Amino acid sequence: MDLFFEFIATLKNTVIDVLPILSIILGFQLLVIRKPIPHIKQVGFGFIYVLIGLALFLLGLEKALFPLGKMMAEQLTAPEFIHAGEQVLTSIHWSDYKWVYVFAATIGFSTTIAEPSLIAVAIKAEEVSGGAINANSLRISVAIGVAIGIALGSYRIVVGHPIHYYIIAGYIVVVIQTFFCPKLIVPLAYDSGGVTTSTVTVPLVAALGLGLASTIPGRSPLIDGFGLIAFASLFPIIAVMAYAQLTEAKAHRTAQKLEKRDRDKINKRNLNKNNKTP
Amino acid sequence: MLSNFHYVIFMNQLLAFLKALLGSCKDLLPIILVIAFFQFAVLQQPMPNIGDILIGLTLVVLGLTFFIYGLEMGLFPIGESMAQAFAKKGSLSWLLTFAFCLGFGTTVAEPSLIAVAKEAAIVAASGGIISDTLASQLSYANGLRFTVAFAVGLAIVIGVLRIIRGWPIQYLILGGYVVVVLMTIIAPSWIIGIAYDSGGVTTSTITVPLVTALGVGLASAIKGRNPMIDGFGLIAFASLTPMIFVMIYGMVIS
Repeated sequence: MDLFFEFIATLKNTVIDVLPILSIILGFQLLVIRKPIPHIKQVGFGFIYVLIGLALFLLGLEKALFPLGKMMAEQLTAPEFIHAGEQVLTSIHWSDYKWVYVFAATIGFSTTIAEPSLIAVAIKAEEVSGGAINANSLRISVAIGVAIGIALGSYRIVVGHPIHYYIIAGYIVVVIQTFFCPKLIVPLAYDSGGVTTSTVTVPLVAALGLGLASTIPGRSPLIDGFGLIAFASLFPIIAVMAYAQLTEAKAHRTAQKLEKRDRDKINKRNLNKNNKTP
Repeated sequence: MLSNFHYVIFMNQLLAFLKALLGSCKDLLPIILVIAFFQFAVLQQPMPNIGDILIGLTLVVLGLTFFIYGLEMGLFPIGESMAQAFAKKGSLSWLLTFAFCLGFGTTVAEPSLIAVAKEAAIVAASGGIISDTLASQLSYANGLRFTVAFAVGLAIVIGVLRIIRGWPIQYLILGGYVVVVLMTIIAPSWIIGIAYDSGGVTTSTITVPLVTALGVGLASAIKGRNPMIDGFGLIAFASLTPMIFVMIYGMVIS
């Protein structure tokens, strides 16, 4: 029964969050476009499903994953875990935090796979590209990007480098890749930076950043705690473009191989013909 | 006969739902594995209140399934039908107004943005940027929220204009990067982390499908546009402009 009331409360919050969007859509549809919404019944049910789905999803995350994930982030960054049994050293070494990087990468990967807005964009991309872009491959590439980004972002907090060197270096890589990767993927790759970090990823990643910054001597949670999300939105761009480049290179190589095989066949045939004629 | 027919439809729908449910389970499996591995192998602790966790996971799986189901029934069709209606109407100013409202309206109430803004206000107060009173913190947080929302509104306007005019996206985005880099040099250092993060938190789970459908719908309704090349990219603008505007905000405040 408690669960039911919690669900109603979450549903109410979700509806309140969606209200501005809904009123903008309805306002423009009725006052500017002035036409009934096509398939209104189906769209209405779709909206209700989305709201119920989102409320269940959030409630479930709150109940199962967030408390555990946040607790893990705290425990893994706690000095007792890092310097187990040892005297707390005056200086820390970046390799003391190896489990933190592994946790950052794996939790970044796995939360991105479950991110609903990324699923939405991947479905649309597969539909629009006529299947040339596979939804699951796209999601896995984005997730790999997030994994690398968050692991690197944690490393940055541990060693205390300024954030903008990393971000600017990432931008330079994006610029170079943009010129060499297939044109079709560029807008989608840019988009994938923004969609990775929403419902599932942000709370866990924020807990990790805050845990790291508040336990490492010399870091301030107020300055160093921020910035992990920026890493998580930059590296997927690089990963998606790299995925497209790899696929293109592979397709190119298979095409070359096929061409070579065909050529060999023709050559052989010609050779046979020539042998027979005299 | 009729009932038999209905039965077949019902069974087909049930089958589709079960298939979607299985897909959601697969989407969640990596998180479960990661958490279990760290709990048992690294931290070496028992799983606390397993019952709650199982109930929570069931809810998450059901929620994801419903969300994806409703996405293709409701959110995608409405986004595309509105894009087509605007394209047919041919009024650029109304389309751009709609674009701005969609960006501004969905961002200003975004829970994760509200959370980040509150956090940032506490940072600013403890750093002595603003006075350490609740009122000044609140006005700082609200200022930040409206700045980001305005930036997202502007981003969707620029993105929609790009689709209509067929401008190549890379020059706009790369130009934006140059602005971000230049701003980073002159902006106060305490705002930079918040500014960079604000790009990532602006796009919510409901905004993303809507905005994507809007872009793809527009690109397919306008002659000579490729939905793949021109349709995507709206979200990219929405994660870039907030960085620039938050840094401007930081400069104005200090």
